[in-house]
Amino acid sequence: MWRVTEPAITYLDHAASTPMRAEAVEAMMPYLSELYANPSGSHRFARRARQAVDEARDTVARVVGCHPNEVVFTGCGTESDNMAITGAIARRGGIAVCPAVEHHAVLHVVEHQGDQGRVIGVDAFGRVDLDELAATLDATPDVAIVSVMAVNNEVGTITDIAEVARVVRRHAPDALLHTDAVQSACWLDLSDITPHIDLLSLSAHKFGGPKGVGVLVERGGPKVDPLIIGGGQERERRSGTHNTAGIVAAAVALELTDRERVDENARLSPLRDELVAGLQHRLDGVTETVPGEYKVAGSAHVCIAGIESEALLFLLDEADVCASAASACASGAMEPSHVLAGMGVDRSTALGALRLTLGRTTTAVDVERAVDVIGSSVDQLRRHSTSIAPVGATADAIGSAP
Amino acid sequence: MCAMSGGVDSSVAALLLQQAGHEVVGVTMKLWGGDSDTGCCSVSDVDDARRVAQQLGIDHLVFNFGDDFDEHVVAPYIDAHARGVTPNPCIECNRSVKFARLAERADLLGFDAVATGHHANIVPGVDGRFTIERGSDAAKDQSYVVHMLDQTQLARTMFPVGGMQKTDLRALAASIDLRTAAKPDSQDVCFITSTGGRTAFLGDRIPFRPGTVVDADGTRLGEVESVELVTVGQRKGIGLPGGGPKRYVLDVDMASATVTVGSDADLLRDELIVDQMSWVDGPVDGAVLVQCSAHGRALPATIAAAGDASILVRWDEPQRRIAPGQSVVAYDPTNTRVLGGGICC
Repeated sequence: MWRVTEPAITYLDHAASTPMRAEAVEAMMPYLSELYANPSGSHRFARRARQAVDEARDTVARVVGCHPNEVVFTGCGTESDNMAITGAIARRGGIAVCPAVEHHAVLHVVEHQGDQGRVIGVDAFGRVDLDELAATLDATPDVAIVSVMAVNNEVGTITDIAEVARVVRRHAPDALLHTDAVQSACWLDLSDITPHIDLLSLSAHKFGGPKGVGVLVERGGPKVDPLIIGGGQERERRSGTHNTAGIVAAAVALELTDRERVDENARLSPLRDELVAGLQHRLDGVTETVPGEYKVAGSAHVCIAGIESEALLFLLDEADVCASAASACASGAMEPSHVLAGMGVDRSTALGALRLTLGRTTTAVDVERAVDVIGSSVDQLRRHSTSIAPVGATADAIGSAP
Repeated sequence: MCAMSGGVDSSVAALLLQQAGHEVVGVTMKLWGGDSDTGCCSVSDVDDARRVAQQLGIDHLVFNFGDDFDEHVVAPYIDAHARGVTPNPCIECNRSVKFARLAERADLLGFDAVATGHHANIVPGVDGRFTIERGSDAAKDQSYVVHMLDQTQLARTMFPVGGMQKTDLRALAASIDLRTAAKPDSQDVCFITSTGGRTAFLGDRIPFRPGTVVDADGTRLGEVESVELVTVGQRKGIGLPGGGPKRYVLDVDMASATVTVGSDADLLRDELIVDQMSWVDGPVDGAVLVQCSAHGRALPATIAAAGDASILVRWDEPQRRIAPGQSVVAYDPTNTRVLGGGICC
């Protein structure tokens, strides 16, 4: 009844959004139709909706490894990130700290604090520089919150949050530790991360749930001020009428994702490796941005020399291969990646960035087709291109003739 | 590929191409990342372009040519003002971004042509050569700002609305409910806001130096706050008390920060030198009409080669001095065809 995949499309953009699980779609349908009552109401009709939200909260808590009262449903991952940082500073004042490769939902909020924000460097794989973090925390007496993502949305790098937590607890014992785990649910056991943090963000549409549902886990009760104030829903943590259907579907999707997680990792990791190896075999000048062992199984970020990803993405789109490069700005234009810049990748290399992200619906056929289409598209661009650096050329080599 | 700015002209350009049976993809270029009158990176203009493309049922893409725009348009604009030169950034954008970078991208992606919403006409000749003619709506004619196109570019460029009157164009847009149908024409340089203007834009980027205003004899008459903002031919805002004789800027000497002013008659010149000439279909000399601003009148003059890529323009009647950096475009004596153009020295 609910077709959730488009067979003609080779969809390799799971980090942008995932196809909704049929089970999640089915689970939300009653709350989009006959069970429309406001869960905050006092009649029996409302109580049915309320029960659905409460059960969803229990499910999320089970997967995340926290108490249900620690789960706050929000409107999206970005809202969760904003609430963590803005709310921490609103509640206690002080400084917000994050690495340079965070999603803009964190990075722009930290930068928005002006003098009250600190941005920390990362290594070549995009992992926060723990020495710099420690030094910054030592030198900054009033750190309110440190936010470090568990999995990078562009290059897929996994950060060991337990290790980050050790540094934060030692060098800034009063600071809150937040992790943006929006890209983690499909790949990591969230309950391994939760014990180390105070705050954790999730987004339902990254794991087969609907758009418009986020989660902020607040361990040990309220840690930050609410962002949205009004009717006092979510134990006054987040006002606004519950998105009952979305919340129910999110919980179903999270539970199934968690159940299949180990098998999916085992299935997709070799497919991802085949994809990268296939591209490197088919084309010269393909660099895997982060080696497989440092990142999640679904991520295949590469930099392709001698092409511009904006042009490549057009050709891939024409051939029904969905991929992406860096994040898009409000106009829809691709922005030069702040993640690659933070990792020290030079700008000309970053111009050829291609993010291919695999997920639950990805098959060997998708991988094979992607290699074919990307191969011939890059051939076309390189064949016609005269104004762009030749394969293997670096920024230094251009314009530095003897 | 139809460049869609989010204005009504390029919206209708895309519509006409589609009606003519072309396979059309709309592209909006993201050029400027800073403030503009329509929000950061002109997001609302991109929204308009995308919505029109959706209405037409064509694909719409956004290409980020911000680096190229900074390098070829914004940086030279700032640098020119620091040197006392007044450039036309829209022309530089056409030259270096729209008909270069975008056209190369279109080529690379297998498109046959790039179309824009300019009011100008590209007319094929019997010999396979092309001419650029003025747009049919004289009040909206933009042949001046596309004068730099050469034969290779013209063969792959289309101006679908060049033959239309603006009122008809708007009526056509309105007839199919395009959301840009009643959108006002853009007037000014896209990266300069109407609130801050040129002063605010340049003031954030280059140091302003006060200048001394003198007459032709060197007598000191007053002061200006920033010599970088003074343009040859300017009359207002040059720090002189009202009531006296009308005085115009005759010259700006950046080295000594001196602005020389004089009467209207002092501003008149018999000739001017134009360099960086490009020709639509090979060099031309003799009697022509010469236009020195986007909506200025084309005036009779005789042109002759004056060295490599330079010409001497001799006015039939003396004309006010043209500010260095301005584009100077020659038209044929019937005031129809663009012959070529360059930059006033």
